[in-house]
Amino acid sequence: MVTPAPVSRDDVYAILGDVRDPEVPVLSVVELGIVRGVEPEGDGVVVDITPTYSGCPAMHEIERSIVGALAARGVNGRVRVVYSPAWTTDWIGEEAREKLRRYGIAPPQPARAHEEVLIPILRRPPAVTCPFCGSRDTETRSEFGSTACKSLQFCNACHQPFEHFKAF
Amino acid sequence: MDDRTRDDLFEYLLRLGDDRLILGHRMSEWCGHGPILEEDIALSNIALDLIGQANLLLQLAGEVEGKGRDQDALAYFRDSGAYRNALLVETPNGDFGDTIVRQFLFSLHALLHLEQLQRSSHEVLAGIAAKALKETRYHVRHCGEWIVRLGDGTAESHQRVQASLDRAWRYTGELFDHDELEARLVAQGIATDSSAPRAAWDKQLHDVASLATLTVPNEPYMQRGGRRGRHTEHLGHLLAEMQIVARSHPEAKW
Repeated sequence: MVTPAPVSRDDVYAILGDVRDPEVPVLSVVELGIVRGVEPEGDGVVVDITPTYSGCPAMHEIERSIVGALAARGVNGRVRVVYSPAWTTDWIGEEAREKLRRYGIAPPQPARAHEEVLIPILRRPPAVTCPFCGSRDTETRSEFGSTACKSLQFCNACHQPFEHFKAF
Repeated sequence: MDDRTRDDLFEYLLRLGDDRLILGHRMSEWCGHGPILEEDIALSNIALDLIGQANLLLQLAGEVEGKGRDQDALAYFRDSGAYRNALLVETPNGDFGDTIVRQFLFSLHALLHLEQLQRSSHEVLAGIAAKALKETRYHVRHCGEWIVRLGDGTAESHQRVQASLDRAWRYTGELFDHDELEARLVAQGIATDSSAPRAAWDKQLHDVASLATLTVPNEPYMQRGGRRGRHTEHLGHLLAEMQIVARSHPEAKW
């Protein structure tokens, strides 16, 4: 049996930086903010991840991809799912937001401002900016898009439907 | 944790988990039957959120109980008398208006309740509540907007969604029921009082109803029993469908 070489936290993050989110493949699991920690464990590492939504169906696939990516680099890895603190889109960094925009998904607005709107029927959050033409003349077609984390929007200026990564 | 608290907490977690499991299953019945594609996706996503929350709550319930039952054992191998969900969530889907009204009435209570429960002294429960709260906010908004659109829509949509509200009304009282078990857990900072959201719930519902040109019923009679395992005939049929595969092929993996 080959003893794996010790691996640094930075190495692990670099490996995880190549693991794509299956539902938003333009982002890595690190950029999405669901990797919450990496700790050494025996001759390997344990990676803490948190789901975006309670019922996120991609969790098993993400777990499998992470363990697989680590194994491919000779690292014994295990994934631990943590639920607190709850994931927020505020953990998606600026660079990742720009990637989303270029991919055609409007990035999330700040979650804090959004959460103050307790009963949002009476006070809607500001309109989402169209990722294609930059117009703010857009409307929400549905709060739920192809996945729970996205909503369906329509741009009245360029007449393009587009997805928005919901503030969460 | 003493035996009394453990038993209380198990029962309390079943209430929270069963509400979401049964309503989530009801919403999943819409998958492929939504009136428009966007709505099919929305209803299925709400189902997914609720079942995800139920998964976490029932997993915790099984751990608290300590008898080796996991969330699947609790979901698939209990009969209706052992379910602790409120009657509202087991009512059949009816038409689209019935489904939206049922979801709104439930989610509005859940939103106000979870805002408190996220400060539970039980760390895991607090974490689940904080996460569910974020999801519930979208459910309330989505259903609230539909109620306004249907209520303030055509004569037919107005009449039908008013009838939905009138039919669902008698099942709302149970959401606010506060009993001794809950009081014991509230005293320890674990649970929050289910009756506390009453005033805020009434106000928000009236605000939405007013925008929707609907009348909030004031019928005082309330149907209850779910928290004690006394369910309508509808739950048995739902469980038969939900549990058949797991019971026919126990321990099956796919």
